Amino acid sequence: MAERNHGLDLLIILFITLLSALFLAPVFIILMNSFKGRFFISEEPFRLPTAETFAGLENYLTGVGKTGFFSAFGYSLFITTGSVAAIVLFTSMTAWYIIRVKGRFTAFLYYCFVFSMIVPFQMVMFTMSKLANVLRLDNAVGILVIYLGFGAGLSVFMFSGFVRAIPLEIEEAATIDGCGPVQIFFGVVLPILRPTAITVAILNAMWVWNDYLLPLLVIGSKYRTIPVAVQYLVGGYGSKDMGAMMAMLVLSIIPIVIFYLFCQKYIIRGVISGAVKG
Amino acid sequence: MQKTLKKYFAFFALPAVAAFCISFVIPFVFGVGLSFAEFTTVSNARYVGLQNYVKAFGESAEFIRALWFTVRFTVVSVVTVNAAAFFLALLLTRGVAGTNLFRTVFFMPNLIGGIVLGYIWQLIINGVLYPKGVTLLADARYGFWGMVALMNWQMVGYMMIIYIAGLQNIPGELIEAAAIDGSSPFQTLLRVTFPLVMPSVTICTFLTLTNSFKMFDQNLALTGGAPSEQTTMLALNIYKTFYGRTGYEGVGQAKAVVFFLLVAAIALTQLWLTRSREVEG
Amino acid sequence: MKKLFTVFVAAALVLSMAACGNSGSSGTSGSGGSSAGSGSSSGGSGDSIRYLNFKPEIAGVYDEIARAYEAESGVRLIVTTAASGTYEQTLKSEIVKSDAPDIFQINGPKGYAAWKDYCADLSDSQLYAHLSDKSLAIEDGEGVYGIPYVVEGYGIIYNNAIMERYFAMDGAKAASMEDVNNFGMLRSVVEDMTARKEALGIEGVFASTSLAPGDDWRWQTHLANIPLYYEFKNNEIDLTGDETGEILFQYSDNYKNIFDLYLNNSVTAPGLLGGKSTDDSMAEFALGKAAMVQNGNWAWSQISGVSGNVVAEEDIRFLPVYTGIEGEEGQGLCTGTENFLAVNKESSERQQKLAEDFLFWLYSSETGKRFVVEELNFIAPFDTFEEDERPGDPLAREVLRWMEKEGTESVPWNFTIFPNQSFKDKFGAALLEYAQGGKSWEQVKETVIAQWKAESEKQASGGA
Repeated sequence: MAERNHGLDLLIILFITLLSALFLAPVFIILMNSFKGRFFISEEPFRLPTAETFAGLENYLTGVGKTGFFSAFGYSLFITTGSVAAIVLFTSMTAWYIIRVKGRFTAFLYYCFVFSMIVPFQMVMFTMSKLANVLRLDNAVGILVIYLGFGAGLSVFMFSGFVRAIPLEIEEAATIDGCGPVQIFFGVVLPILRPTAITVAILNAMWVWNDYLLPLLVIGSKYRTIPVAVQYLVGGYGSKDMGAMMAMLVLSIIPIVIFYLFCQKYIIRGVISGAVKG
Repeated sequence: MQKTLKKYFAFFALPAVAAFCISFVIPFVFGVGLSFAEFTTVSNARYVGLQNYVKAFGESAEFIRALWFTVRFTVVSVVTVNAAAFFLALLLTRGVAGTNLFRTVFFMPNLIGGIVLGYIWQLIINGVLYPKGVTLLADARYGFWGMVALMNWQMVGYMMIIYIAGLQNIPGELIEAAAIDGSSPFQTLLRVTFPLVMPSVTICTFLTLTNSFKMFDQNLALTGGAPSEQTTMLALNIYKTFYGRTGYEGVGQAKAVVFFLLVAAIALTQLWLTRSREVEG
Repeated sequence: MKKLFTVFVAAALVLSMAACGNSGSSGTSGSGGSSAGSGSSSGGSGDSIRYLNFKPEIAGVYDEIARAYEAESGVRLIVTTAASGTYEQTLKSEIVKSDAPDIFQINGPKGYAAWKDYCADLSDSQLYAHLSDKSLAIEDGEGVYGIPYVVEGYGIIYNNAIMERYFAMDGAKAASMEDVNNFGMLRSVVEDMTARKEALGIEGVFASTSLAPGDDWRWQTHLANIPLYYEFKNNEIDLTGDETGEILFQYSDNYKNIFDLYLNNSVTAPGLLGGKSTDDSMAEFALGKAAMVQNGNWAWSQISGVSGNVVAEEDIRFLPVYTGIEGEEGQGLCTGTENFLAVNKESSERQQKLAEDFLFWLYSSETGKRFVVEELNFIAPFDTFEEDERPGDPLAREVLRWMEKEGTESVPWNFTIFPNQSFKDKFGAALLEYAQGGKSWEQVKETVIAQWKAESEKQASGGA
């Protein structure tokens, strides 16, 4: 290890650079095709637009019109931020309660949450969407409740792990100072849980933003989120407009890339700690 | 403090617990119950015993075929994703320039949703096949390998990051000591590095396993099961049973229960493996 | 091991909560449902009715109709449109919801069998009173449960300008479209045109045979109607009885005749058809790349809506789909309907009344009729429409011309008794595999016969 093999290093860099290009290629191919006329896409997807095939922003305009992209973006943004906020707040409180109040009931709750993590969505999709409808949760606000309940398993589990690591003395000291549970939680516990909260937030944000089947079944036809809107473009209105499709793919990737570039550090850290715990 | 806190159940735990009951507990219980019933809406359910389960397996070979396809796909993607991710992690932990940039690039596809991923790869694979005069839907093999490619693109970066974290936890002295003892780099990898990253291997295997097994969005968008349901995976088959035909909701629910048992079996095996390994270590 | 055990205990406990979960949910549904109802969905003021629309190509027009109707009656019309090929699926998930559609549609006797629990009796409705031909409605005993709202026709749409160019060529196989009145003639003309496609300035005679899943209905439903119509007719099968549980597909070779002609003289190579949509083929026709395309008069908006459309309105004509069956010289277009309006029986009396009022308004008031004739381009089967109140688009005019043409007989839409969507999807998938070379025609035929039987049985046992 003392002397580096520079030749090998160079080879590795070259190899990885090529591989990176390969990894980025699909996104660029989509971007490139989004500027081509709709009938030129499926035939020659790897060719750059030419004077004949170049379509300008036409695909974007038709795509945005057909899917109602901006409203879908709005719903996606609202549902994601709302759900993530609700999940982080309520599951951290629940986790703290479960860990600090020892008893059969809390232990039972804990195992229910853990159990839910291994249940695939298909198991509950029909009954859950029916119940959501009966309870009038089939709207953009009601779905936050569904996401809170569905995200609770993993989030309670993760928070619980970290709450256990908080020394009881800190909270006891606060009690002696005359703080009630509410003050202790928001003043002492939550700040300590901050790194975990970020991890939980990121994992849930990635899930909710990209989720397709749950919003389709619960609020599908009325409040389309981005994945639902993209899927609707296929077969919807008796056609599959490849141009609009490409444009919508690009538009749905852009927010993700921006989010990623800004929060990369947290995302990668979140993935690592999420994986270790999960 | 515990006593005081106990009274605060409604404040601290109730919101999440109530939501959890609505979106998970009640639907789950009803789901299990309805798998033994014939129904089109929840209110007109009629008990039919095991009939749905018999129909799920017996009436057509589709469910078994979907199961088999899912198993094959899962095995192939677990192996390829983990091998590629581990290899990349090794390359990126050698301290060569630009490591962070590469890490960023490789991880990026993971953030793109399954539906969008499916359509991206549909275009690419159709483009590759175009000179042959066929499309992705021409042969189930195209769909299979297309999904494997997609899965690799999506998951390799994620798994790579976990492997990198695992590799970075190995004390440098251990590797150096092995080198001084005269073991070749390959031997070091096999005897020192590999056993030490075993926890990461387990995690990654588990993550790819469950993700592949439960795959739905990508399957729906890439092939939708075509040709002739030959590339339908379990989750999609269940969805189609539920929403494809009136009167088959019970069968769909029964399939979902079977699906749940399979996923639970995988998860519990994983749990058991992790535990037994921890005991040994 | 301990953890594993506790997980199982947790599972068991969750299961044992079945009883309390049951009472809990029904309790909340009653109270929560009624209190939140008015606030969340209808906006509180005024009445509203819901319509689940079947035809994606006219979804835009319904938005205008909704606006006009609200302006005239104060009742809000909420229209949801199902994506192509997913109507049954969408209806199934929508109808069980608390805000289920008040008006939906069924596609014929099979559709009625599947949805009869939801179809209200419309025999006293005004709309039924004005139905020109009462035999078109879906009846069951004394009741009327589905009212057809449009008569449509399909066949091979051709671009007469290209055909004229061909007929003017030396050695053309025919002198005019009048000569093309059977499959043999059609084939020799088409194959000759393919040989001279450069000179004709086309990329293929037929537009793409779109076989993308969800876009294959022109073949697995519409084209399949023709051989099956002859099978039922020649074997004197009673379509309302149980005899349709199995088919022989005895005219499958005739299906193959025309299907092969479509595939081999197409703009697109057969292997690539899995990526083509109906929209693609209509665009190919509109842009003059193809001379012919099989579709119905509803496709007019798709043709005229393509930017760069080069086909003149007066050049668009219909030709019956000839398949080489004896006596087909007298065959006309396939005309009929698979669009029957149904009113949801589960809706409140008041909602049902509002729904009927809206439907009658659409097909009898001046404003409504204008939408029907000018925007929807429907040939509406009601006596509220005068002779001159018929759609003016070229395809609708052609349908009417063929219906009235001496010596030809229209082919009815027997595909309304096809078992279900699953059957059609499997048929379509088999056609795709055939086009790509993965299945022989014999296998396609076997699939059709076997799936027809299997899906008919499932439909009979499951729909109950």
